[in-house]
Amino acid sequence: MPLRIPILFHANMQHSIQEVTDEWPRMSEIIETITFRAGYNTGMVIGGTALLGLAAGIIGVFALLRKRSLMTDALSHATLPGITLAFLFAGTFGLESKSLPVLLVGASVTGVLGVICVQLILHHTRLREDAAIGIVLSVFFGAGIVGLSYIQANAPGDSGGLNHFIYGQAATMRVGDVVLMGSIALVAIMATLLFMKEFAIVCFNDAFARVDGWPVGLVDLFMMALVVLVTVAGLQAVGLILVVSMLIIPPVAARFWTDRLSVLVLISGIIGATSGYLGATVSALFPRKPAGAVIVLTAGCIFVLSMFLAPKRGVFAHAIRRVSVRVKVAGDHLLEHVYESRQSTLTSDDFANFARMQGWSPLFQLLIRFALRRENMLGSKTRSEIRVTEAGLERGARVSRNHALWEQYLVSHADIAPSHVDWSVDMVEHVLSDELIHELETALRNQGVDFPPSLEGVG
Amino acid sequence: MSPVAAHSNSKQSGLSEYPEHSAESPLSIHAMTVAYHKKPVLWDVDYDAPANKLIAIVGPNGAGKSTFIKSCLGLIPKASGLVEFWGQPYRKVRSRIGYVPQRESVDWDFPVSALDVVCMGRYRRIGWCRPVTRKHKVAALDCLELVGMRDFANRQISQLSGGQQQRVFLARALAQQAELYFMDEPFAGVDAATERAIIQVLRELKNSGKTVIVVHHDLQSVPEYFDEVILLNMRVVASGPVGEVFTETNLHKTYGGRLTLLSEAAEAIARTESGV
Repeated sequence: MPLRIPILFHANMQHSIQEVTDEWPRMSEIIETITFRAGYNTGMVIGGTALLGLAAGIIGVFALLRKRSLMTDALSHATLPGITLAFLFAGTFGLESKSLPVLLVGASVTGVLGVICVQLILHHTRLREDAAIGIVLSVFFGAGIVGLSYIQANAPGDSGGLNHFIYGQAATMRVGDVVLMGSIALVAIMATLLFMKEFAIVCFNDAFARVDGWPVGLVDLFMMALVVLVTVAGLQAVGLILVVSMLIIPPVAARFWTDRLSVLVLISGIIGATSGYLGATVSALFPRKPAGAVIVLTAGCIFVLSMFLAPKRGVFAHAIRRVSVRVKVAGDHLLEHVYESRQSTLTSDDFANFARMQGWSPLFQLLIRFALRRENMLGSKTRSEIRVTEAGLERGARVSRNHALWEQYLVSHADIAPSHVDWSVDMVEHVLSDELIHELETALRNQGVDFPPSLEGVG
Repeated sequence: MSPVAAHSNSKQSGLSEYPEHSAESPLSIHAMTVAYHKKPVLWDVDYDAPANKLIAIVGPNGAGKSTFIKSCLGLIPKASGLVEFWGQPYRKVRSRIGYVPQRESVDWDFPVSALDVVCMGRYRRIGWCRPVTRKHKVAALDCLELVGMRDFANRQISQLSGGQQQRVFLARALAQQAELYFMDEPFAGVDAATERAIIQVLRELKNSGKTVIVVHHDLQSVPEYFDEVILLNMRVVASGPVGEVFTETNLHKTYGGRLTLLSEAAEAIARTESGV
């Protein structure tokens, strides 16, 4: 019987792809859908999914900070056997087998069971978390597929809609289901906002929280319960394969933009809500197009943009900062070289030689000269030499002194050398105390090392 | 040991009766044994901390110094033994206890500022589900001032140096307004300015009647910084006032044949003796 499953999914997907390519929605339709005017049902679905995205974005922040993001993946995949079991056994308890609450309760039960299994494996074996999660995720999902195939074979007419839980089908949700999803999301949002302080202390430093008297186990359990709620609520709209992305991507993307927890929660919620809104809208416009995929793609785009463009933590900002520090250090070295060779000009040959020894590329040489000229450290350049200004020579003297003192400091005080100090960039006077600097100067003088006197306050 | 002898022993210092002075002692440990995976890390620790002293726990790597603190605080389960604070179990007096964990134990890329971290020391005063009010922020700022970090209050914690991060942790413990402090390696890998700031705070704590127990790794500074010392190597080798206990013989017993350390220690002892 399991053989029928791949065929069924295959046929299904082909069907939906055909429909999408056949008919593009009209412009007026798009505008109506986006502005919540495409009918009560569609509006509810879009609003509900956006609310779900908001909830997932908010609680996802704490899953991320507690380093439980991947755990939610095991959780969501482990819901599938629960759905099939609930479907099969609801009848025996006199319940409607396709009613959403029944299915979601089943989903929660095996979802939590999956998380417990991961914890048990971690506690009793030497397996790492990634392996434990991989095992639980695949085994539970496999069990769910077996269950689905059984239902398909034995109750084919009845089973329609169950596989929506895998890929998600926001557009076909009934109003009652949407209300259920939205209320769960609302509860999760309010609970998270209410307990933000407690979640923060447990996520940041659980040992301190425990000593301080907070029930860390209980707080952890409550956070996990909120994650379960959001995951299960999102199953029908987003699908169990992709629901985890709503919990992971928004907080990770938001992290690029802020260093404040409250702002992080806000931005993450907004990203989640936006993705949910767009996902459900597209799902409504292209019938049977899985909302989950669109939600993930939206969130993914926001993530990529954040990763590159964020002002402080972004890749570009980082690269610019790195290059500018390198340019500054290189420029300092150049001025130091000029100062120490007791000249006020730099011949082209000398510069070329120095650049070769430092391994500077021609482009980098240009950058250095440009940066130094902008700071008025270098003057005009003739064919054969570059003039170094007064300011440039003074800077060279300071760098020379700085390097001499840092070197002596490293030799004599390596055991208490402060971390995070950039030896080339930080001026020794700004980091070390006056008495220590005096001590270093004396040590250098005793060794007969020649170094410039302090220029602090002179320039 | 015969059963009779064991019995009489337990009457004196074991679990059946509390030692007489335990109600005054901020920390009394009776027969505490701690094991990881069936391998004992701490054996049969008995210790009574005198009140209003600065106490160092020293010993070689793997001696169980951090474990000592963590099992007192209930962070690591004890295999056996009893730990009491002012003669009471931990959960009744936790509001009187402050804690500075090891700096490496947290992710410093966490999205909070130095002030936010110090405010965490006020959380138990604030209580469940209530926001951090201005009053508490002002109190937290005062604690940052005490460790010389007020100017860094709004800095994200990953942008602080190691020593500054350590001072933020210390400020958070001060915000707990405790009477007994446990500090796990506060001097590890810090710069000179931080070391001075920390020792000044420790002395102020002592002057205001508090007791501080510090896991310490630098034998040289023990006589200068501390009143009492616990020499630990899986068991308490010796404990008491630094002048009496911090001797070459005891250090030999604690550190075995590690010569470089011992020569450092000998230097430190020589300084104490000349000082006393």
